[in-house]
Amino acid sequence: MKILLIAESREGKLLGGTYELAAFAAKMNAESVMFLVGDDTVLPKYAGKLYLADGKAAGEYNPDVHKQLVLDVIAKENPDMVALCHSSYGWDLAPRIAYALKAAQISEVVGVVDGVPVVPVCNSKLRRDVKAKTVKSVVTLQAGAFGLADEPSGTPEVEKIAVAGAGRVQFTGYEQAAAGGVDLGKAQVIVSAGRGIGKPENVAMIAALAKALGGEYGASRPVVDSEWVEHNRQVGTTGQTVTPKLYIACGISGAIQHLAGMKKSEFIVAINTDRDAPIGDVADVLVVADLKQFVPLFTEKIQSL
Amino acid sequence: MKILVCIKQVPDMESKFKIDAGGTWYAKTDLAWRMNEYDEYAVEQAVQLKEQVKDADLTVLCIGSDQVKETMKKALAMGCDRGAHIADSNASGKEPFEIAGIIAEYAKDKNFDLIFTGMQSQDRGSGQVGVLVAEMLGLPSVSTVVHFAYTGGTVQVKRELEGGIKACVTVQAPVVITCQLGMNTPRYPTLPNIMKAKKKELLTIPVADLLKVAARQETAKMYFPEKKGGGLVLEGDIAELADKLIKILKEKTAVLA
Repeated sequence: MKILLIAESREGKLLGGTYELAAFAAKMNAESVMFLVGDDTVLPKYAGKLYLADGKAAGEYNPDVHKQLVLDVIAKENPDMVALCHSSYGWDLAPRIAYALKAAQISEVVGVVDGVPVVPVCNSKLRRDVKAKTVKSVVTLQAGAFGLADEPSGTPEVEKIAVAGAGRVQFTGYEQAAAGGVDLGKAQVIVSAGRGIGKPENVAMIAALAKALGGEYGASRPVVDSEWVEHNRQVGTTGQTVTPKLYIACGISGAIQHLAGMKKSEFIVAINTDRDAPIGDVADVLVVADLKQFVPLFTEKIQSL
Repeated sequence: MKILVCIKQVPDMESKFKIDAGGTWYAKTDLAWRMNEYDEYAVEQAVQLKEQVKDADLTVLCIGSDQVKETMKKALAMGCDRGAHIADSNASGKEPFEIAGIIAEYAKDKNFDLIFTGMQSQDRGSGQVGVLVAEMLGLPSVSTVVHFAYTGGTVQVKRELEGGIKACVTVQAPVVITCQLGMNTPRYPTLPNIMKAKKKELLTIPVADLLKVAARQETAKMYFPEKKGGGLVLEGDIAELADKLIKILKEKTAVLA
């Protein structure tokens, strides 16, 4: 089996998922080649062939052009599978490649059992095994699902590929996340509010518990999207990644994007009415309770210690 | 201007799921159903665009059994002009390629200027349908959009990337946009608009008229994931729970020292 790995870079930096692609190929016992739109001064550690297209010429987001470059490599290499990260780059590009190849596309693969990809369903509450009916397939891999056992090594054999055409979508630049505000990365204790807090007034109770524990409060995406808490307190893939000594998740179900931002915390407590919530998978302690009753009482007891 | 917004009805994710008799999907009984969260942002953006350009006709499309009409009525009450209900008793069994094929077949001769979809569904989460529709129709598409502006045929959007960074992108209509959470603030339908929605056109089309592609993959099996951590589960009286948790934190962490 041969897998074409679609690596990623942004603003001249290689993105971490690149090495997970290589780990996936190793797990599949497959031969692999890699494709990257990037810069020849920043090459991945990879013991294999790397097709490199110039990021300045191709643009960092240019789906028409990137699709064509990948199809050119596929024409040369004839891989059985194309693997991308399940990232803003990968999930955008994968369907375009799958459509052109008339291939099955299996999204957000978290594991492979007897050669069959496993994907999450319903916020990771369920799993399903998905069988491709086509000879070739395109897969996107969930971040962190195929971790590296060893540090990657090797120097790729680079073949540069020419960029042609302009594409219909014009990328005009990046907008950086708003700077300043709270640096959750420094907090020893973080108490985070999720959708389960129910209404904006209840943010105060989360902040009060955080204060009682000498920490900061954070929030999951839905709470930030609802503008109950500012974005600089968001924990997760599109917010901050934190590793405090204690993380208390209040009313957070545990979407993968949130887990990615906090699962390396030293000790995790989840307070949730749903015993089956995916947050339970990473929690050291799951308190099955209504946070609106539990948190004020718990805060009071902490304060009186 | 002609606008299409595609929505899906999904179970509430807080539901207690069970596996169905076939072992390849979740049982559809005893679930509360609602509009896919991502699609609420798509509907809101489509309605805002219609309000902005004024002379626009906005169709909401949904595939499923008669039950999905309830969700379509919400979209109509939010401001869509008409509904296209693709009647399919087995919509949940269809793979993204088939769903996209149905939508593209419906849209192919209707010259939509803008097509909005959610960036993914909450149940399948494949993130494929919107982009596939665009590929099938030969249109450009931009996924994971958190900001949208339209001026005289030019669409300016921001894509959400990892780490809170956004990519600014310009594209000409016709185009397919897949909508990410937080793109706008979806409105609540008002009572007068709910009443008005009842009189709006809701056309039903049998799925057989539009399904011309075959699935390229299949679900072999659905099941519950193995519980990973040996995490402790505490249940019972909340005062006792609080005391237990304090004891645990004293033993296992240094934060109460």
